Amino acid sequence: MAELGERPFPPGDYPVVVVGSGPGGLQASYFLRRLGVDHALISADSAPGGMFRRFPFFQRLLSWTKPYAPAPRGSRGYEWYDWNSLLAEEAQSRAIMPELMDGSSSFPSRSEMEQNLATFVDRTGLRIRFDCRWEATRRAGDRFVLATSDGDYRCRVVVFAVGVAQPWKPDTPGFEHVAHYVDTRDAASYAGKRLFIVGKENSGFELATGLLQWARRIVLASPRPPKLSVNTHSLLGVRARYIQPFEDEVLGGGVFILNASIDRVERTAEGFRVHCTRSEGGGELVVEADEVIAATGFTSPLRDLTDLGVSVFGRSGLPSMTNYWESASVPGIYFAGTIGQGSSGMKKYGLPANSGAVHGARYNARIMVRHLAQTHFGVEPEMPPVAPDQLIGYLLDEATDAPELWNQKSYLARAVSLDPALGLRDLGIVPLADFVDHEGSAAVAIAVETDDRGDIHPAVYVRQPGRPAVETLLESNPLHDFRTAQNRARLTDLLKGLTSGTAR
Amino acid sequence: MTLNHYELVDMLSGLALFADLSRPQIEQVAHKMTEESFPTGQRILRQGFTGTGFYVILDGEVAIRIDGEERARLAKGDFFGEMSVLLGEPPVADVVALRQLHVLHLGGPELEGFLREHPPVMFRMLKTIALRLRNASRWRS
Repeated sequence: MAELGERPFPPGDYPVVVVGSGPGGLQASYFLRRLGVDHALISADSAPGGMFRRFPFFQRLLSWTKPYAPAPRGSRGYEWYDWNSLLAEEAQSRAIMPELMDGSSSFPSRSEMEQNLATFVDRTGLRIRFDCRWEATRRAGDRFVLATSDGDYRCRVVVFAVGVAQPWKPDTPGFEHVAHYVDTRDAASYAGKRLFIVGKENSGFELATGLLQWARRIVLASPRPPKLSVNTHSLLGVRARYIQPFEDEVLGGGVFILNASIDRVERTAEGFRVHCTRSEGGGELVVEADEVIAATGFTSPLRDLTDLGVSVFGRSGLPSMTNYWESASVPGIYFAGTIGQGSSGMKKYGLPANSGAVHGARYNARIMVRHLAQTHFGVEPEMPPVAPDQLIGYLLDEATDAPELWNQKSYLARAVSLDPALGLRDLGIVPLADFVDHEGSAAVAIAVETDDRGDIHPAVYVRQPGRPAVETLLESNPLHDFRTAQNRARLTDLLKGLTSGTAR
Repeated sequence: MTLNHYELVDMLSGLALFADLSRPQIEQVAHKMTEESFPTGQRILRQGFTGTGFYVILDGEVAIRIDGEERARLAKGDFFGEMSVLLGEPPVADVVALRQLHVLHLGGPELEGFLREHPPVMFRMLKTIALRLRNASRWRS
């Protein structure tokens, strides 16, 4: 660690600069250091943690860490049951989160999560220049120049891990008077109020759940019906922890969940008058409220990157990016952390990856850094050999236990080269969309996928030179152990003839 | 390309597929579908793969390729993916981004409900499919 009083990484020239000290920035910096890529890590904050220094507002995360899980704590398999610890190679820096939880819930509190990230920094000895705000960006030859509150940083490659945490409100008339989720006050101050929440995603239902016992009436409104995670078979939709307002609504207990677009919000002497149009052709509706809160989401604080040519899209202003989380329009600019959800991958059955959460983004960061190090600094990734008689078992083991495949279903895959020139080699965990669209040498990849019925099963992708990858779905298993005789036979048949001549 | 909410609703109201919808209905469409961006060269639909969705092009251009051979191109306002979803079968073609692509996306399992809620969209889609069928028949005759 840096000595007390010393601020590391003064302005100057660095091969790579990482911006942000939330989970994304910490994880990227950790893996850059592992691969020996010199870099500076700077942050506008005064301590690590990123958004977890403030949110969630009601102080309890949505992502589990199960202290007692089927896989031993600290093992690779345990990562599927611990969504909140960052990844590390050293035993003392792995699975930090469960050490810090008080046993009251398998969802850590916000302060426990903040402590988890600070402990990661301490144990790994990551160095961070705090209170250094990135303010502007320009090009100087083949370098990026980041103007910061401390001075200019010049670098070949930059990694932005600045979150998707800039409050966003629609430009609907009257919304300038409306508070955003981030402006929510102490719960008791809503006692006896008629509350109108705009937005029916998790942040809206988090507020509704937290304020159920305080508010006199709660209306949640947005144009489309809410989705529930238990129905989408994914983390898409309102999570089970926030379902109580639904029950209150169906029982007529003072909660109303409306499908309506908000036309305008009018300030009145008593509070607000919200003018809506119901989605199902139900006509106009006017709702009086004492308080209106916009739980309408966040955008990426990308400052002037669009002036530099970084293209963005969608309501959250996410950058358009490659399958390796590099800007699609400005090479050399990478993204880590929640911004990585701009790379949507296969999105089978409409289900998104978990790149917007720590448990997905931590793996993306590892792969992104490996790609960045290879592409820009010539650091060749290790490709350990795989014994031909072990291949089938290895792939099915990975489908059954690999946390990368479970945390990032249909998004990340284990790949093995079948190229006779290279031999059977482990290509590591790769973005699945890149694997199937990359017209490379012969290889096989295995992923874990969920279909529209909620069935979880392995999917195998076989790539041969000059031909597009072919998808084959394997059988599921009631206990999710995919190492069945049937799957072994199917996989053996699929790879027949492709592994001959690859033994080295 | 980034659009604020009003710009997105305005753009959708200018697309033939949504031309018969009222503004509140288009607002609902804008909320139901998610915006996605794909880099040049990426496949959005993959021949023979399960789990596809429905896409409406907001900006950019795609090539439709069957067994690697280009059959057609689609651009702003065009849509794809509906055949595979409606039939419950993997796509018979690849759809590849010829330049950076900005689309609206609806997951396959949501398409039927979406069309039932918006019959004018279903009718417009039916007309487009009929045109494609007629053109395909002409090529063969």
